[in-house]
Amino acid sequence: MILNPDEIQAIRQEAGHFPHPSAAAIEALNIAQQGHGWISDELLKEIADVLGMSPAELDSVATFYNLIYRRPVGKRVIHYCNSVSCWMLGAEDNRRHLSEKLGIGLGETTGDGEYTLLPIVCLGACDKAPVLMIGDETHFNVDPAKLDAILGDTGAP
Amino acid sequence: MDKPLTRNIKPDGSAASLAEYRAGGGYEGLKKVLAEFAPLEVQRQVKDSGLRGRGGAGFPTGMKWSFVPMGEDAPKTKYLVVNGDEMEPGAFKDRLLLEGDPHQLIEGVAIASYAIQANIAYVFLRGEYRLAADRLRRAIAEAEEHQLLGENILGSGFNLDLRLHTSAGRYICGEETALLNSLEGKRANPRAKPPFPQVSGLFGKPTIVNNVETLCNLPHILRNGVEWYKGLSRTGEPGTKIYGVSGRVERPGAWELPMGTTAREIIEEHAGGMRDGYRLKGYLPGGASTDFLLPEHLDIPMDYGSIAKAGSRLGTGTLILLDDRTCPVRMVLNLEQFFAQESCGWCTPCRDGLPWTVSLLEGLIAGRGRPEDLETLERLCGLLGPGNTFCALAPGAMEPLQSALKHFRADFERYLQPHSISGGVHA
Repeated sequence: MILNPDEIQAIRQEAGHFPHPSAAAIEALNIAQQGHGWISDELLKEIADVLGMSPAELDSVATFYNLIYRRPVGKRVIHYCNSVSCWMLGAEDNRRHLSEKLGIGLGETTGDGEYTLLPIVCLGACDKAPVLMIGDETHFNVDPAKLDAILGDTGAP
Repeated sequence: MDKPLTRNIKPDGSAASLAEYRAGGGYEGLKKVLAEFAPLEVQRQVKDSGLRGRGGAGFPTGMKWSFVPMGEDAPKTKYLVVNGDEMEPGAFKDRLLLEGDPHQLIEGVAIASYAIQANIAYVFLRGEYRLAADRLRRAIAEAEEHQLLGENILGSGFNLDLRLHTSAGRYICGEETALLNSLEGKRANPRAKPPFPQVSGLFGKPTIVNNVETLCNLPHILRNGVEWYKGLSRTGEPGTKIYGVSGRVERPGAWELPMGTTAREIIEEHAGGMRDGYRLKGYLPGGASTDFLLPEHLDIPMDYGSIAKAGSRLGTGTLILLDDRTCPVRMVLNLEQFFAQESCGWCTPCRDGLPWTVSLLEGLIAGRGRPEDLETLERLCGLLGPGNTFCALAPGAMEPLQSALKHFRADFERYLQPHSISGGVHA
C-alpha cells in the first residue's frame, strides 16, 4: 500500500462532498500527488479503489489534465507559459536560458532530481508577461537575469 | 466614474477583508435580496439590467437563468457553478477579481443561487491560480462564520453550501458542459445539447454556470438598481467591463471602464500607448479566440454589438496587441499550437483539423509552403467553423487565422517567396 491512512482519509472526505465518490477524482489525484510527487500505476490503482472506480476510468482522467503527472517529475516543476503574450515578450528566450542553465530539455528532469521543465498554457497574467510557475509560486516579468536570481546556483549542471 | 467591480482592489495586491468589503457596502445587496425580493423578482431585475455573461460568449444572464425550472414541481437539487477556469491566452481579468475581492464573488454566488433556488454551489477554479484558491478558501470560511453562507443565511431561511474545486489545468474545462463533466470527475469532453445544463446539468440536475466577472456584477445591480447599472455604460449595453491589454505597450494591465470604451482609449490612455519603436499592426479584441481588428477599428466602442459589427467578438474584453515587428503568421502559429494542444479530441474536425492547421503553418514558416496551402488554410477555417464541431473551441481557433489571412495576407505570401525567412521579425 502506497497511500497512507491520512491520504486515504483526506480522499474519502473530499469524496463525501459529492453525490458520487468518483466526482472527487481530481481532488484525490491532487492529494496523492502532493505526497508522492507523481501518480504511478500502483498509486492510481489504489486511488481508484478508494473512489470505487476502475483504474482505466481514473487513468482517463489522470492523463487528461496538465497538472497531473503520470511520470516522475523533479521536486519542483517549472511550468513556463508559452502562450501568445508570453511568447511575444520573451518566453522562448527564457526557455532556452532554463535549458542551458539546468542542462535539460522540455519534459526532462535535472540529474539531482530537483527540477522538471514543462510548458503550460496561459497562466492568466498576460499583463506581466513573460510568466512562469515554479512549484506553487508564479513569477512575473521574467527574463534570464531574473531567472538566475530565482534559481541561484541550484540545479546548475 | 463609478467602478463597482474593482473599487476594493488594492494597489498592493492584497485581498479585501470581510470588514473592508462590508465597509464599502458589501453584502448589502444580498441582504436586500433575501429580505425584499422573491427569487423570480431577482431574475427579472437581472434580465432588465441587460447583464450579459462576461466569460466570452456574452449570453444574457437573466435569460439563461430563466430556463431553470422553478416552483414547487422543480427538482429539489439545483446547482450554481462559478466558471473560474480562466485559461484563454490574453485573458487575466478574473484573476484580479478572485485575488483582490473574493467576498464580492461570494456575494454574487449567493444572490445567483437564491435567484435560481440552488442550495449547493461550486467554484470551478483553474489549478494554476494558487493564490486565488487560498484567498477564496479563507473568504468562504469567513463568510460561513458570519452566516453569509451555510444554513439560514442572514436569518432568511435560505441555505447555501459553497465549495471550492481546484481543477488540474485544461482549457476545454472553460466550456460550460466540459466543465460539468470535469466537476463530475470525468474527462472534460463537452456534452451534446440539448438537454441544456439549465435543465439537466451537474449530476443530471438543473445547473447554471456563470463566469466570475458576471457574478461580481450582481451585488451592485441588486443593491443600486437597474437604472443605475445602465447609467454606468457609454453605449446601449449596460454596466462596466474589465478591459485588459497585453503586448508591447508601456503599461499592460486591466482596468474597469464603462462598457463601450474604445480600444483607442484603452490602449493609449490606460495602457500608455505602444512602446517606443513599435507601431500597432492589429489586435485581438477579446482574447485568443477572436478575429483580428486593425488600427482603423480603434474608435469603435468595445461592446458586444459594435465589435461584432466590425467583424470580431468582444470575448473577454482583454486585448492582445500585434505590433509591426512581430510576424502575424508566427503569432497565429502560436495561437493554433495552443488550440491544437488543448483540443480535447472528442470530435474529428477539431482533433485532426487543428494539428493539420499547425503543420501547414509550420511548413510555411520553414519555407516548405506551397501557394495552395493558403487556400487549404482558408478551407480549414470553414471546415472547423461554427456548426461543424461539437463545441466552440475549433471555431474560436479559426477566428484569428481567418482574419489574419484576410488582413495580413502579404505576410503569409512573403513566406512563399524564396529567401524570405525572417526569423519571425520583419525588418
